[in-house]
Amino acid sequence: MQLPLILAKGVEVRAGARRLLHDVDLKVDAGEIVTVVGPNGAGKSTLLRVIIGAVPLSAGQITRREGLRIGYTPQKIQMEKTMPITVSRFLSLAGHLPKGARTNALEKTDVASLREAQMADLSGGELQRVLLARALLRKPDLLILDEPTQGLDQPAEARFYQLLADVRAESGTAVLMVSHDLHVVMAKADRVICLNGHVCCSGAPAQVSADPGYRELFGARAGLAFYEHHHDHSHESCDHD
Amino acid sequence: MSTTTTIPMKAAIMIDAFLLRALLAGSIIALAAAPLGCLVVWRRMAYFGDATGHAGLLGVALGLALGLPIIVGVAMLAGAMALVVSYATRREDYAIDTILGVFAHSALAIGLVVAALLPDVRLNLIETLTGNILFVTWQGIMVILAGAGVILLVIGWRWRALLNGTLSPELLVAEGGSRMLDRLVFTMALALFVALAMQLVGVLLITAMLILPAAAARPLARSPEQMVAISAVIGLVSVFAGLSFSWITDAPAGPSIVVFSSGAFVISNLFGRLLR
Repeated sequence: MQLPLILAKGVEVRAGARRLLHDVDLKVDAGEIVTVVGPNGAGKSTLLRVIIGAVPLSAGQITRREGLRIGYTPQKIQMEKTMPITVSRFLSLAGHLPKGARTNALEKTDVASLREAQMADLSGGELQRVLLARALLRKPDLLILDEPTQGLDQPAEARFYQLLADVRAESGTAVLMVSHDLHVVMAKADRVICLNGHVCCSGAPAQVSADPGYRELFGARAGLAFYEHHHDHSHESCDHD
Repeated sequence: MSTTTTIPMKAAIMIDAFLLRALLAGSIIALAAAPLGCLVVWRRMAYFGDATGHAGLLGVALGLALGLPIIVGVAMLAGAMALVVSYATRREDYAIDTILGVFAHSALAIGLVVAALLPDVRLNLIETLTGNILFVTWQGIMVILAGAGVILLVIGWRWRALLNGTLSPELLVAEGGSRMLDRLVFTMALALFVALAMQLVGVLLITAMLILPAAAARPLARSPEQMVAISAVIGLVSVFAGLSFSWITDAPAGPSIVVFSSGAFVISNLFGRLLR
């Protein structure tokens, strides 16, 4: 049996007197697409940041599979205008790379033309794609993506999800991401984790969208998502057949 | 008759040695300031230089009181400051400029009180504030050379991690780096720089040595490394121009250097606008 990439048990994170996360158990297996959904302030970004090691745990433990390579895209990156740096140089900061790897990654995320552009001049959507290119460059076992589709228009968003599917098919990369597009999440994820400080419910998309906890959190939108889910799902299976 | 000819000659040689040492010391400091200054500008840590400089005043007072070389006192205080800041900012309870302000001004006030209370300590306040680069000794230059060498080696060795830590601390951590190490390397290098530069340009102008050449280099650079190289050139030119100016006009040396850096900032911004 293969070890999980990430195994989190009883994770608790505090900020002063406030508990941002408590009693969170989480497992990500190789090749799985896991999406975290939840309302604002539910601790979604904190959960990702605690997994990459940027936020200290106040209780619980997180085990990573030995030698796990993570590709991470932060929710936002403050590009300092005072730092002159081209997209190409930014990518090279990911470490020692084989020749052509940078161009290849930029082509995958549709921003090859921005190679020599200055990072500070990029739009929000372009920056997201460059960040994703950098995450892919590292040939990660696990992509951790914090709202990766923010700033993308709808065609770009569709291409983005296609890219994730391709990357997974190609190299078995698992994905753990935070997303707000409920209907897409329900169609594209293998597993959904509904978070609100703690894990309200988790499981296959159909299972979660039927869960009372989920419906309570998302209210009317949940029903919509459930409906959309059916629609998207049948569409998806047509594509695959 | 022989005495009347040798005395001016000797004086001329001595004077030249003063200028030569000042140029050497200033050049070494300008080179060490280039990568550090760029990092300070990118990380918006300009205030750290000021804060460490202020803490350095307490270092000067303690060094004098304990009979230690001033540079040792300053290095100890600046190092302690760097450690405290690295640790305190980890908690994120306060913004970094608040933490720096608290420590800097506490250290400054304690330094002034200590200097006044200790009977044997004679703190030359003006010299501490504006430095005395023209009085640097050969021994002093060796210390500066060694210190600057350490700064450049460490920064060079950690360069990629420092850039990543500047761009996004989270990205640095996700890719296997350590945020604490990143902060320690940066703040300790900065503390060492402050200790080296303190006696040359004084508490008031340390930050200027760091920031002005880097800021002046910004409009002309397209990569981080270019910005470091250009700021090194601007720093060197400022040291040569400023010291020559000071030599000819008797203006104070440290401020003269900074005046030329300010000029470079104005010119490069005008020039950068034309390029665009």
